[in-house]
Amino acid sequence: MKNTSQTNKKILTFPQMGNYYIPVKFFFRHVCNCEIMTPLPITTNTIEIGSKYSPDFVCTPFKYTLGTFIESLERNANILIQAGGGCRYGYYSELQEQILKDLGYDFTFVNLVTAGNRNLKYISNEIKKIDPHYKKIKALYYLFIASKMVKYMDKIDNYIRENIGFEDEKGSFIKLNNKMLKEFSRVKTYHQLRKIYKNYNKKFKNLKIHKPNNCLKVGIIGELYTIMEPFANYYLEQELASYNIQIKRYTNAHYLLFEKGKTVKKYLKYAQEYIKYRMGADAHDNIARCKYLCTHNFDGIIHIKSSFCTPEIGAMPIINKICKQYNVPIIYFSFDANTSEIGIKTRLEAFYDMIEMRRKK
Amino acid sequence: MKECYLGIDIGSISTKGVIIDSQNNIIKSRYIWTEGSPIKAVKKLINNLKENLDKNIIIKGIGTTGSARKLIGLMLDANIIKNEITAHAIGTLTFYPNVRTILEIGGQDSKIILLDNGIITDYSMNTLCAAGTGSFLSSQAKRLGVDVEEFGEIAITSTNPVKIAARCTVFAESDLIHKAQVGYDKKDIIAGLCKSIVLNYLNNVGKGKKIYSPIVFQGGVSKNKGVLKYFKEILKEDVIVDPNSHLMGAIGIAILARENKTNKIYDLNIADIKFETIGSECNGCSNNCEILKIYRDNKLIDAFGNKCPKGAIKS
Repeated sequence: MKNTSQTNKKILTFPQMGNYYIPVKFFFRHVCNCEIMTPLPITTNTIEIGSKYSPDFVCTPFKYTLGTFIESLERNANILIQAGGGCRYGYYSELQEQILKDLGYDFTFVNLVTAGNRNLKYISNEIKKIDPHYKKIKALYYLFIASKMVKYMDKIDNYIRENIGFEDEKGSFIKLNNKMLKEFSRVKTYHQLRKIYKNYNKKFKNLKIHKPNNCLKVGIIGELYTIMEPFANYYLEQELASYNIQIKRYTNAHYLLFEKGKTVKKYLKYAQEYIKYRMGADAHDNIARCKYLCTHNFDGIIHIKSSFCTPEIGAMPIINKICKQYNVPIIYFSFDANTSEIGIKTRLEAFYDMIEMRRKK
Repeated sequence: MKECYLGIDIGSISTKGVIIDSQNNIIKSRYIWTEGSPIKAVKKLINNLKENLDKNIIIKGIGTTGSARKLIGLMLDANIIKNEITAHAIGTLTFYPNVRTILEIGGQDSKIILLDNGIITDYSMNTLCAAGTGSFLSSQAKRLGVDVEEFGEIAITSTNPVKIAARCTVFAESDLIHKAQVGYDKKDIIAGLCKSIVLNYLNNVGKGKKIYSPIVFQGGVSKNKGVLKYFKEILKEDVIVDPNSHLMGAIGIAILARENKTNKIYDLNIADIKFETIGSECNGCSNNCEILKIYRDNKLIDAFGNKCPKGAIKS
């Protein structure tokens, strides 16, 4: 179990979530003088070792990220990056660091955001742990590019989500997206990035689709990690696309990093008959979105979360009430390491049959 | 010539087959045990259905549902393969167009389907636990030395059902043993067990769902009079059990097969066809997806189970 490689070479790594490893890797590659290890894609193995060393009743993202850390440490990474959030996620870093230390690994742990506090000076000090001579101006510039990259990725992602169920040539969207991400990871300046984005944006719009005007529309709400990491939600979006459904999803990295702060008041006001205060993490966002989806002709709502996600458990009865009031069908999924894939497929298929039947009548 | 349609519902415990005509009349039906081998069971079922079948009948469509729907659908080259929730709803709606609530308890799963004006509005299925399903009942019947078919008859004779902790199968079982060891009458224990199944179902699957009448109760457990009695008692509503309640899924899928019929005519000579599933691990990455390869007469007809193109096997 011990990390035996005692070289002085710094190898940095971070948790895995969707395709967001690309901007993260981009940023650190340009700012810190060290080797960057791309985390392995999440597989059954990740969740198995993650669960083995995690408390049993912790939410599943903890297990996924811990699993990724262990896989990376075994591949000789020695700097781990983690950031906390607005719920139990805020304590992930401290707990994971302790668990990994207890397992006997030797590493430096960099916790960029602790307990949801985003303080630039604190973050700067943390980055100094990786590279004491890093240049702040340069970091700000690349942070800017990375954030734009996230924005563009999410924009393209939204377009894909709305149209992938109707592509003429199967797999054309994914193929083009992979090509774009590859080019994104090679950019050096903001102008290059913008050019590539514009270029691919056109290409995406030119991909042939056969989309009827009144296709079925489904909104996905719920806990952020499970929504954003396809492995964690058993490729739910892919499955929905195979039924020719247009998918609407709000939560993405750009929203969480740059928009969430601004929307709190707006959302609370929008859904004021249901909620007065924030309920932690994305609970109030999801309540407001649920109201929006219910009042904007969506055929159904899918609420997904990892098992034991407390803020979402708090939001669920309210969401249920809204859906009853507007008579919009909703289905809840709770994912963890022991979920049966067949069970999800059966329920999803029935959900599709149900919304299609309602549409027909 | 009379056009007919075959619906097969392959559940964990039992396999149901039904042949219907275009007016929803049941021409023939069979109910047999799956006994862990769906392929064998279906072969037996079809042979049973074929016996003495009118020569004028031609099968224009086959539908499969239940947990082995995909495999059997491939085997019979079915024209529709659908989940059991939809199949049950369609089947029930044909006979009870006004139904508002369908309670279904099968061998391994239990579900509730809510409808309004003939449209499914909500449904749920047991997720974490199989407490209160048919397999639990039959294993407890064995423990008590009673045939599961007699269970209901015995239960309704009791006037004083014992209280059994019903939260979970394991706890219910240990509580049941305790009640037996302190000397309770067997019929009271059996009645208590039936009641606990109802309570568990309503607290678990039916949680947060508004149950309106007409209520239809189906699935294998609906044949149990004890469970039915306590459903009526606790819901304080009338609960309908159709004489064909155990066949509803099969009827529903037969109707769907009729709605999706093609020009194909099926012959039912499958007894001699060799059909097998071979599982293997992909080993392309650490996911180690389990890939199922389905062979008919040693010829690969389909393979599934892979999460990515790496594990794709062409038939």
